[in-house]
Amino acid sequence: MKSPEERSFDKVAQKVLKKAEQDKVETVWDRREAMRSCSFGEAGTCCRICTMGPCRINPKDPEGGKGICGATAEVIAMRNLARMVAAGTAAHSDHGRDIAKALRLISLGQLPGYGILDQWKLTELALELEIELNNKPTEKIAEEVSSWALSEFGNQEGELTFLKRAPKPRQEIWHKLGIAPRGIDREVVETLHRTTMGVDQDFESIWLQALRTSLADGWGGSMIATELSDVILRTPQPLRSQVNLGVLEEKLVNILIHGHEPLLSDAIARVAREEEIVKYAREKGASGVNVAGICCTGNEVLMRQGVPIAGNHLHQELAIITGAVEAMVVDVQCVMMSLAEVAKCYHTLIITTSPKAKIPGATHIEFDEHRVMEVAREIVKKAIDNFPNRDTKKVNIPEGKMDLVAGFSHETIKYMLGGFYRASYRPLNDAIIWGRIKGVVGIVGCNNCRIPQDKSIVSMTEELIANDILVVHTGCSAIASAKAGLLIPEAAEKAGKGLREICEAVGIPPVLHMGSCVDNSRILVAGCEMVREGGIGKDISELPIAGVAAEWMSEKAEAIGHYFVASGVNVFLGIPHPISGSPKASKLVYEEAEKMLGAKFYYEEDSAILTSKIIDLINNKREFLQITKKPERVLYDMAMRRELPTE
Amino acid sequence: MSKFILGEAIKGAHKIVKKAEERLNQAIAEKGENCPVSFPDTAYFIPIIYSILGHKVEKLGDFKPVLEKSKSLLPQEPTEKLWLPYLGPGLDAGMATLFAEEIIEATKYLIGPIPVDGIWLGAPNDVILRERGVEFTDGRAPGFAVVVGAAPNNEIAVKIAQELQSASLYTFFCGHTNGVSVAEQLAEEGIDLGWETRLVPFGKDIYSAIYAIGFAVRAAMAFGGIPAGDFRRILMYVKNRIFAFLLALGHIDEEKYATAAGAISFGAPTLTDTDIPEILPTGICLYEHVVSNVPYEEMVDKALEVRGLKIEVTKIELPVAYGPAFEGERVRKENLYLEAGGAKSTSFELLTMAPSEEVEDDKIEVIGPEIESFPEGSKIPLAIVAKVAGAKMKREFEPVLERQIHRFINEAQGVMHIGQRDINWIRISKEAQKKGLKLRHLGDIIRGKLLADYGRIVDKVQVTIYTEEGKVKELLEGARKIFHERDERLQALSDESVDIYYSCTLCQSFAPTHVCVITPERIGLCGAYTWLDGGAAYEIDPTGGNQPIEKGALIDAEKGIWEGVNEFIKKKSGGKIENVSLYSMIHDPMTCCGCFECILAILPMTNGIMVVQRGYQGMTPTGMTFSTLAGMVGGGQQTPGFMGVGKTYLASKKFISYDGGLLRLVWMPKELKEELRPMLQKRAEELGVPDLVDKIADETVTTTEEEVLAFMEKVGHPSLTMAALL
Repeated sequence: MKSPEERSFDKVAQKVLKKAEQDKVETVWDRREAMRSCSFGEAGTCCRICTMGPCRINPKDPEGGKGICGATAEVIAMRNLARMVAAGTAAHSDHGRDIAKALRLISLGQLPGYGILDQWKLTELALELEIELNNKPTEKIAEEVSSWALSEFGNQEGELTFLKRAPKPRQEIWHKLGIAPRGIDREVVETLHRTTMGVDQDFESIWLQALRTSLADGWGGSMIATELSDVILRTPQPLRSQVNLGVLEEKLVNILIHGHEPLLSDAIARVAREEEIVKYAREKGASGVNVAGICCTGNEVLMRQGVPIAGNHLHQELAIITGAVEAMVVDVQCVMMSLAEVAKCYHTLIITTSPKAKIPGATHIEFDEHRVMEVAREIVKKAIDNFPNRDTKKVNIPEGKMDLVAGFSHETIKYMLGGFYRASYRPLNDAIIWGRIKGVVGIVGCNNCRIPQDKSIVSMTEELIANDILVVHTGCSAIASAKAGLLIPEAAEKAGKGLREICEAVGIPPVLHMGSCVDNSRILVAGCEMVREGGIGKDISELPIAGVAAEWMSEKAEAIGHYFVASGVNVFLGIPHPISGSPKASKLVYEEAEKMLGAKFYYEEDSAILTSKIIDLINNKREFLQITKKPERVLYDMAMRRELPTE
Repeated sequence: MSKFILGEAIKGAHKIVKKAEERLNQAIAEKGENCPVSFPDTAYFIPIIYSILGHKVEKLGDFKPVLEKSKSLLPQEPTEKLWLPYLGPGLDAGMATLFAEEIIEATKYLIGPIPVDGIWLGAPNDVILRERGVEFTDGRAPGFAVVVGAAPNNEIAVKIAQELQSASLYTFFCGHTNGVSVAEQLAEEGIDLGWETRLVPFGKDIYSAIYAIGFAVRAAMAFGGIPAGDFRRILMYVKNRIFAFLLALGHIDEEKYATAAGAISFGAPTLTDTDIPEILPTGICLYEHVVSNVPYEEMVDKALEVRGLKIEVTKIELPVAYGPAFEGERVRKENLYLEAGGAKSTSFELLTMAPSEEVEDDKIEVIGPEIESFPEGSKIPLAIVAKVAGAKMKREFEPVLERQIHRFINEAQGVMHIGQRDINWIRISKEAQKKGLKLRHLGDIIRGKLLADYGRIVDKVQVTIYTEEGKVKELLEGARKIFHERDERLQALSDESVDIYYSCTLCQSFAPTHVCVITPERIGLCGAYTWLDGGAAYEIDPTGGNQPIEKGALIDAEKGIWEGVNEFIKKKSGGKIENVSLYSMIHDPMTCCGCFECILAILPMTNGIMVVQRGYQGMTPTGMTFSTLAGMVGGGQQTPGFMGVGKTYLASKKFISYDGGLLRLVWMPKELKEELRPMLQKRAEELGVPDLVDKIADETVTTTEEEVLAFMEKVGHPSLTMAALL
């Protein structure tokens, strides 16, 4: 058995892993170590899409092998990969759909407890969608925006509206390759169709459809989720909070919210502060209610309400093992089935809330949109009722929590660089041109128990900032860096001289938390804005930026990685695509993609090598942009000034 | 690091907004909410508030929402640890500061202390804006410096001010250090302060910095045509057109930090002699935002570098400073070393062309005694005779170049030049003489500037300066003959006698659809460009703002419409203007930029028109002042019934000839009437109404249309019996 130190880079997690051992609780790491993974599955050459097989092709002899129907290794591997992308897209987009539906209910007055908290964003969105505003009440505008959003899912023709946000050259690439998505659901369905028995059997053609599907996520489902969550719950602004299991409180009723959707968890966080609820908790012997997050539900309520984060993906079991959690309320995605088993060893209630996601052994209290606040109160009360069941002998909340600053939406970044009146990305682009910042890297995605938790994410982040590369985060990666203390402004001390200078000028940490995993769409918008601001490339693929999924595990990460690459962002993986059984498929995604898209995937097992490749890439981009040297200071005479824009 | 600076700025902003609230409450308590409030003589309300927020403040109560806005922009100070981003909020605090400072300054005009006090000038009015603001957009003034505080001694204050002048910048003074301000230091040293010398003391409070920024935003609205409230474009216009920076001398307190933070949004960085942190990354300003510990000897150069400003200064070896900032400087009697002309002695200046072999370049000769031979207070005979040669030089450019002598000489510190030809008047100050200025330097200046500004047509310049009475008188006769011949030639020029007119699109940077058409009988509306100037300018810069217009086929001789002119205008106005009548102010009149010397306007009741010149501050019979009219007709629009024109066009045969010509003129300010009387009289006689000029009403008669009509009936103005104007 691996030691806690080999399992997790996080010292707090290590402590709880020791407790797990004492408490004889099985964790994800134990199961991982016990698992003999299927090598055909890992190579991507196992095919189960019809019952003539299943078939498998020996990864060591990929050219020789064929499936029963004649399918080659590359087709089998690519079909599997495309199906992962489709599933990931479906996950993000179904989340987006629920937010769009919520906005619709709000506009009809049928979602009590919710409203439009960000009128400005709604207006901006309506203007972008060319919705007439004249004197329309907010609800009417919201209704029209939600109708538009819902129609994006079912669109059959044309292309998704948000694709227009991308720089023109990028849109042209999509058109040339025929990968501009039409409707979100349509692309998912078509991918499933094309990858079923006997349909698309050209691996390149399948991959193009996978890319189209992923774009329907990044510029469709996820972007809708982000934009409309901002409208309903407010666009994030910088705020302080804390992270890691130390945020659990011994004297309080601890409720963890885990999963991905923000609506119910937002209500739970609000309800927990109600006077009546606090009183109720006191009656049960607690001094109040403490709500903390896990994974992206946590990120959603952190970004908007400053609710503390107990941990990332691999913390979900550990949180329960502290013995101090009265209830873990889960919705959808990344919720391990094992939670109910772990909870059996303690008093913790696992409460499932989504009609889409039930777990044996859990209590199901369904999210009913017509009575969200009541449901939230019911859940919180149930947790409070569970407080007296806490076994103090089993309680051991580890010391260890870290401060953080989060809330860096695309809008916030613009604002913080110029104030309300001069908001723009100009100072960022300038910093890149002048070489204070060499580039921007988005480190996103999950934890994966195949490698030590957080280790790659944190070490890469530290190395990149030391090399004057600004790091932006979403999802579990953000939580990893937060736990390591990189999300506090004082962490600028760990940055290179140039990045540090920018951090100190603006007052930001060198690592910016941009939200949950659907909020990777914010990174796309930021990329577009950098192109629009000018001076560092005419397409996203020319920007000195990169994407990283150092510890990814979910199909959603495949979707994200693909839409990054399809959008022109090179993506560096710390865990490989499961396609190694096909050299042709591998060559396509790791090499040839660059010619098609101006970006491709990279994989390296060693995160230090991966980091140096990222730095090389950024330097190459800088060379291409001819910004490797400090620019000459241009002095302007009147004729030159007349050429300067005043728009 | 910037945390300290922005922290101080945020503290200062809180203080200033609080002070604005107190001042506003006091003003409302004393005068009431409905009390009108404004800066003197401006159509731009309280300008920063108006331009950024789009909010018109007309009475005290209108300040209330502004105050609320300012408060809402005030952020918390950055915490010692775990701070949140402070740059954006700090800049917001800066904007809140500027709004609050406008409230403070505006209330001073109501409840005191009045900002105009001693050397302090307070708010600049729209006349100054039109005259000076346009210099920022056409390049005559590359930008402005706001000098805050005090230099450690007067010597340094003078040095910095004169370096700024030499760079042709306007310098605005505000704020003080321990009760002393640079403007006061300059005044103590006897330096001329005021708009003429580009050294403008606004006020001793730091709050008066808003006059500088307010001036810039008014230029953005007036010359950039940017609507109030379109704050992003206003800010970008100021950033990219009007290059400004702050020099903070001495201790910087919270209020100064807050004001400087406000200036940053306008792209104006701060440089200081004081030891404070710096903000070096770029992006809001063009380059650095705050640069500190700057040594005095490098301060102006460093400021130009930080602001990214290239100053084109002609380098002429002179013992005195040289630049446009000295153009308006007077040499007063008590300071006079010697003078020539001005009806006090025989004096003239003449520029002629000659074949290349007859001109010896850089030969500057003084024939007769030099300056040191004349005792102080002398009135000397003087002839300045310049000979130029150049492959592209033409005889008709002679008067164009000769007229430049006025500006060239005037821009030397301690030298004053008025008039031209044989009615010139030159004064040299005691200081200039003491510094070593000789009469030969006048020749150096003329040569240096001619080659610098007109190098494309002038290759060689030789100047001879005569200071002996006999010789000067002898040469004068020959010169007068040349002047007379020139006038004859000019008289012979008419719109019909030439095939080419000239365009002027110099103002398109702020009036993008404006195309001025300059003909022999219609001077450019700014009064600065005659048809000959247009030709010369085209030779100097064949791709510049003055292009030849082939007038092409005649469409309508009465209205003055030509095919070629229309085509040209359509092209140059980006298709916005299709038809222009050169001789009518009613039917497709010419567009106006914003630089017109005068505005014509129909007075419907009188069947006539009025004219009002820039600088006239009173009311006109249209019910509008010059400023209000200017706001209406500028910006590159055709405004039938209104038109901007150059003064001398009034006496042209082609003056709105389709609409009835000069006989339509029923009202004009007295000052303009007297200025133009000789030429108007001549034209009136040609028209057969020799007493016309006195039949034109002026403000001493009335400023209402009804009374103009009554006056016309009394004196029998010809317009009454002419065909209906409309």
